[in-house]
Amino acid sequence: MARHGLDAEAKKGLTLIAPPLLYALAVLAAPLLTILTYSFLKDGYLEVIAEFTWGNYAQVLTDPIVRTIMLRSLIVAAMVTLVTVLLAFPIAYYVSFMVRPERKSMWLFLITIPFWTSYLIRVFLWKVILGYNGVINSTLTGLGIIDEPLTFILYNVNSIVLTLAHAYAPFAILPIFVALEKIDRSLLEAGRDLGESRAMTFWRVTLPLAMPGVIAATLIVFIPTIGDYVTPELIGGGKIPMIANLIQVQMLALDNRPLGSALAVTAMLTVALVSVVFLFLNRRFLRMRQ
Amino acid sequence: MSQRSFEGSGLRIYAILYLLFLYAPIALLPVFAFNSGTIIAFPLQGFTTDWFAQMSTNSTLRRALGNSLTIAVSASILATCLGIFAARATTRFEFPFKGGIMGLIMVPMVLPEIIVAMSLLVVLLGAGLQLSILTVIAGHTLICMPYAIAILSTAFSSLDKSLEEAAYDLGETRWGAFRLVTLPLVMPGIISSLLISFTISLDEFIIAFFLAGNEPTLPTYIFSQLRFPKQIPMIMALGTVLVVLSIVLLAIGEYFRRRGIARISGKDSGGFQ
Amino acid sequence: MSDDHRPMIECQAVQKYYGDYHALRGIDLAIREGEFFSLLGPSGCGKTTLLRTIAGFEGISSGAVLIDGKHMEDVPANKRPTNMVFQSYAIFPHLTVAQNVAFGLRRDPRGKAEKTALVEDVLKMVGLSGYGGRAAHELSGGQRQRVALARALILKPKVLLLDEPLSALDRKMREQMQVELIKLQRQIGITFVLVTHDQEEALVMSDRIAVMFEGEIAQLDGPEALYARPANRRVADFIGVMNFLPARILAETDEGARVEVAGLGEVELPRAQISRANPEDEGVMVGFRPETMTLMGPGQIHYQTRETGATIDEVVYYGDMTYYDLRLDGSARLDGRPRTVRISMRNVFGRDVQDVGTRTQLAWSPGSLVLFR
Repeated sequence: MARHGLDAEAKKGLTLIAPPLLYALAVLAAPLLTILTYSFLKDGYLEVIAEFTWGNYAQVLTDPIVRTIMLRSLIVAAMVTLVTVLLAFPIAYYVSFMVRPERKSMWLFLITIPFWTSYLIRVFLWKVILGYNGVINSTLTGLGIIDEPLTFILYNVNSIVLTLAHAYAPFAILPIFVALEKIDRSLLEAGRDLGESRAMTFWRVTLPLAMPGVIAATLIVFIPTIGDYVTPELIGGGKIPMIANLIQVQMLALDNRPLGSALAVTAMLTVALVSVVFLFLNRRFLRMRQ
Repeated sequence: MSQRSFEGSGLRIYAILYLLFLYAPIALLPVFAFNSGTIIAFPLQGFTTDWFAQMSTNSTLRRALGNSLTIAVSASILATCLGIFAARATTRFEFPFKGGIMGLIMVPMVLPEIIVAMSLLVVLLGAGLQLSILTVIAGHTLICMPYAIAILSTAFSSLDKSLEEAAYDLGETRWGAFRLVTLPLVMPGIISSLLISFTISLDEFIIAFFLAGNEPTLPTYIFSQLRFPKQIPMIMALGTVLVVLSIVLLAIGEYFRRRGIARISGKDSGGFQ
Repeated sequence: MSDDHRPMIECQAVQKYYGDYHALRGIDLAIREGEFFSLLGPSGCGKTTLLRTIAGFEGISSGAVLIDGKHMEDVPANKRPTNMVFQSYAIFPHLTVAQNVAFGLRRDPRGKAEKTALVEDVLKMVGLSGYGGRAAHELSGGQRQRVALARALILKPKVLLLDEPLSALDRKMREQMQVELIKLQRQIGITFVLVTHDQEEALVMSDRIAVMFEGEIAQLDGPEALYARPANRRVADFIGVMNFLPARILAETDEGARVEVAGLGEVELPRAQISRANPEDEGVMVGFRPETMTLMGPGQIHYQTRETGATIDEVVYYGDMTYYDLRLDGSARLDGRPRTVRISMRNVFGRDVQDVGTRTQLAWSPGSLVLFR
């Protein structure tokens, strides 16, 4: 009887959440559980044999090709994240601290517009810019700076990093901007008042307070980047695959669903692990602020 | 002060360069869309609108566009409806396992799309279901739902809880209070949720690529054509049209967002009823 | 007004739990018809919960709530004869003033012209004549308050519930609205139940006040009785300022007690002047209000019966009032610690503010003392 009030509210809440929850269970949780199950089963020709094995994971961890691709995905994602966040911070800082309040939303609008245009076409356009007869090469040859088109700028990891850094730029700017906006401006004046230089105030006050935004930006960029499928296909020319391409090849082209599933689960675990580390860092920063 | 303005102008130059970097690829779109050369390279040839004409007579493209619109409209409506339930539940009620349930529903936001696509594909194939635009709608609804919930939760939580109570207190039923007070006030949020979901779905490639079976959507059609150099000028024309469309949609979304703010804080009287 | 004391609201042994949290611990209450009743207490004392159980927004865990003699436990908020003015006013931002006021009339069978006239009447009653076309956001805080009142009163409720309605207003506006609310309540004669944490507001506006602590009613009385004879030390602390001096009971009978008070000496206090101490209090205390004693000075007349020597420790000047902190002669007699008490004096023409360090006499009467034991 004592819990009567709480139960009525809980019932209403659960009734309301039921449709989206059931949908997520059916379309998300069930498929994820399926591939988790598959990842422990054996692969037969054109079918999956219902027999438990660690073999798929052993293969994921030991196969040199898989390892190379996994490592490449991690490195590319880490580089993209680093480049994107480093490039984004000054922009977020500029919009938050230097732009007049009434013009801030216009700047944010300008920053987000490119993000809403076709991802595929944006990625492809980097190929146009970087390609053999691309904008850079034809400009440089036209100006007589080089005789032969540069070949090192396309079909390699650098071009993948550049393309992805461009694609996820707004994702990094917005969380940092939000964190910077939340900083009480009088704290900075207090820092200055207590005799710190502008640079030291930035280092000791602004940057720590902006850290949750930076960490959020890092996660938001890292997660989709590590699973990107399109850029390695288009920019890498299919010759430098990343984890997503490998999963697709195993699942469909080679029809090895258990191994594909094990790869997908490993990728998810990697993402989860990185997220947990960063969320932990974020919590540390939040605790420091109290 | 001079140090500050120096710092400001340095950052300003950086900001402008950054915007150039952001817009560089998109700026190239119309350049090549109106260039009469069949190869995407400099120097430019002459001016032409042929590529747009070619685009408008392409029947596969038309079919892809039709499919994409069907998928985007369905997915955005479904995601927004489910999002309304979730946003209301999470902003108004406490219930057991709330964190876990909301976590699960929001997972697609942090899950690489290839995994969503592959796991769904495995289940669909395993169940012997036919791949079609329906399966794409299911996948897109799933990935749009977290965005819809994020937008709608903001709209719902900025509402004073006592507004609905006041309506109830004044004799309305629960549903009446929701319809007459809550719904009109969160309408801007609903419209931006629809627009964002529509845009996400329209641009989504991976799920569509794997779950559509033989049906083309705009992104999968574009992807398939990028392999053929002679099709690329037409794709540039298509890209130009899509960019313009996105900007129009975004501008509409921004208008409704601002109107929503104006409505709560009171800078614009607007007025339903 | 013949049936003056008929209860309009009755709460019988009302208990309310939120999970394990015991929000209301057996509330027994009868609010009379036509009364201006206040629920007063610090935040978290359960006053708002009690108001919301009367309104029907919160269910009760056990007990009974009756309005106008009818059981309300199964009647939802939208069917109860009560209407509420919310703390935030909850003015519908997408509707005009007139649409807000007419909101509750949607299911009313009356014609449109009749309703429009009714809305204008009610707006006139709250002093917003001609504001019907305004948008909600064009209103000031005080005007929003009036719209909230009009919107509730147009439905002619038997009880109007007000949840901290004045807390968002600035001081001047608040004082003005206090007077207007009293006038309005007298004019329309319906029962008002006000929730407030502001003791001054409760004293100014109410016919009777229930002081609540931790889900229980500590005292239910009229403003004067509450101020002059707090039922226990906690109520005394919460309402106004009270001085406390240690005391010792010399003898106690059914009629009262003879007490020795530090700095004041021996007094006889009748039973009516004896209240409960807090459980955590060490020993017996005697309390009195700052304005009940008189600081002697040139040309000062008074009607007090006794005098005590004192030294002025501190003077705080407020314009219309001056507060004096006095060290009483012999106040250390009971426990070895000297005590200061605060006395307030109205500044009147011809009487100067006295200086710190002045030796003076404090005049007082046993009738203003309350014994807490």
